[in-house]
Amino acid sequence: MAYQTTNTPADPKHSSRLGLRQRFYVVEVLVGLALTAQHFFANLGRHTLKVVFRVKSARGAVTIQYPDERRPYSPRLRSLHRLVRREDGSPRCVACMMCETVCPAHCIYIVATEHPNPEIEKVPESFDIDLGKCVFCGYCVEACPEDAIRMDTGILEFSSYSREGMIYTKEMLLALEPAGPHGVPTSPVPIPADRRLPTTTKGMP
Amino acid sequence: MSGVALDLLLQAIPVGFVMFVVLNFGGLLTWVERKQSAIMQDRIGANRASISVFGLRIRILGLLHPLADAVKMLTKEDFTPARADKLMFKLAPFVSVFFGLAAFATIPFGDTLQILGREIQLQAVTLNVGILYVLGMISLGVYGLMMAGWASANNYALLGGQRAAALMISAEVAIGASIMGVVMVYGSLNMQDIARGQGQPLLPQFLGSWVPAWGVLTQPLAFVLFLTAGIASTKRIPFDTPEGESEIIGYFVEYSGMKFGMFAMADFLETVVIAGMTTALFLGGWQVPYLQASGFVFPWGATVALPHLAVVGLQVGAFLTKVVVIIWFLMLIRWTLPRFRYDQAMRLGWLALFPLSVLNILVTGLVLLAVGKP
Repeated sequence: MAYQTTNTPADPKHSSRLGLRQRFYVVEVLVGLALTAQHFFANLGRHTLKVVFRVKSARGAVTIQYPDERRPYSPRLRSLHRLVRREDGSPRCVACMMCETVCPAHCIYIVATEHPNPEIEKVPESFDIDLGKCVFCGYCVEACPEDAIRMDTGILEFSSYSREGMIYTKEMLLALEPAGPHGVPTSPVPIPADRRLPTTTKGMP
Repeated sequence: MSGVALDLLLQAIPVGFVMFVVLNFGGLLTWVERKQSAIMQDRIGANRASISVFGLRIRILGLLHPLADAVKMLTKEDFTPARADKLMFKLAPFVSVFFGLAAFATIPFGDTLQILGREIQLQAVTLNVGILYVLGMISLGVYGLMMAGWASANNYALLGGQRAAALMISAEVAIGASIMGVVMVYGSLNMQDIARGQGQPLLPQFLGSWVPAWGVLTQPLAFVLFLTAGIASTKRIPFDTPEGESEIIGYFVEYSGMKFGMFAMADFLETVVIAGMTTALFLGGWQVPYLQASGFVFPWGATVALPHLAVVGLQVGAFLTKVVVIIWFLMLIRWTLPRFRYDQAMRLGWLALFPLSVLNILVTGLVLLAVGKP
């Protein structure tokens, strides 16, 4: 069967062809204006209910006022990493290098050292993650045999003025806590050194 | 106080009122535009500008944004291109704003006000050719755009200025021709007379005194044509060919800071002027239905006597309400319709608005001849 060239603009029945009503324009304009005016009055009523009559459930807008409100995050969300602590506060990580090996972005840098406890083989002396390189694939979490690294802090707002500032160290990652319900972060966002406010008011970035 | 000084002082009342209303409307329209578009599109709109008073952040529904805009524009770099015509470049925004402001002068916002034994016409300038004056001012406003486009030494600006001139001519012809029907029906070029004429009953032999003869009822086609051409003369979407944000940036491409702000303000002032014209010519101006100089006279026989100042207050309030409604409608159109291409705008102006306006004049003339009005 030959390739059929129906529904082209040359076809008199094509959807892009304007009928008399569309070409007359005024009727279609009024239809469009009715639609937007309907939205206007419906939303205005809802805004009035909310602001004047304090009806909490009335929502005149579908937008989320981001810094003030957040949308609930999925529990599966992969956010900023954290290092899980033992009961004594030391990292659970045994510096097996699995995560560093599996990382497709090569953004994890581990330096291992001896652990004082002879039953534990190693411990990371330093554990740096370069978040400027990280692709948030979550392979490090899956590869870890000790459940020592997780990506459940709910923190997404990390930023820096320099590439060095995006490198998060072992101490910063150990201090983080898992997110609360709806993915709300429970620990403060770690602020890199180059974003910390100077003690004097002069030289604000 | 001598008589002349008192006269001058009293005449300053309507002038000051017009300046106050038009300038404030022009400023507030930036807020209206943001908020109305947001509410139409299920958003909240600009609401972050705040003033901190004793640690309390005051936002008042984003009403501070026009102030923040003004501060921003006044403190921005005021850039002049090296090859620009310096005088023309600096003059252009002032020309635009001046004619936008001046156009409102002959639009009446109330009947006569009797105060201290004198009668004041509630319009800034009492002019027998008021309509022609407004048309002239709106047309002259485009000189600012042409100057801006030519003086910027920028091809896109030049294109924008040329388009502004072309659009203004095609819109202006339709505006003038569609108003002629109104002038024929009410028999005057004085806008105050036209507003008074719209207080007369429509077809008294059939409808009694139930329906006032507002222009939208006597000239419905002219109303649609005038509103369309009026939107075109404000240079806002759907007729934003001189700006054309998506293709050429337009006549103000080289402007920055408050000069750019003045061009934006001129657009809003023209919106206010078009809304005022529409109100004065088609929506009865300051007329409140059944309100006479002595108070309400209802067609079923009831009367409510009102003091003179209350009547004047009602009239001015009615005028402002009608203007606000028309501005709301213009904003609704601006945020609903997609923009016309340059050739489409030209075609609409010359092949639809203008012939229909002429047809409207012909039909109006024939009807008036048949009815036997002078």
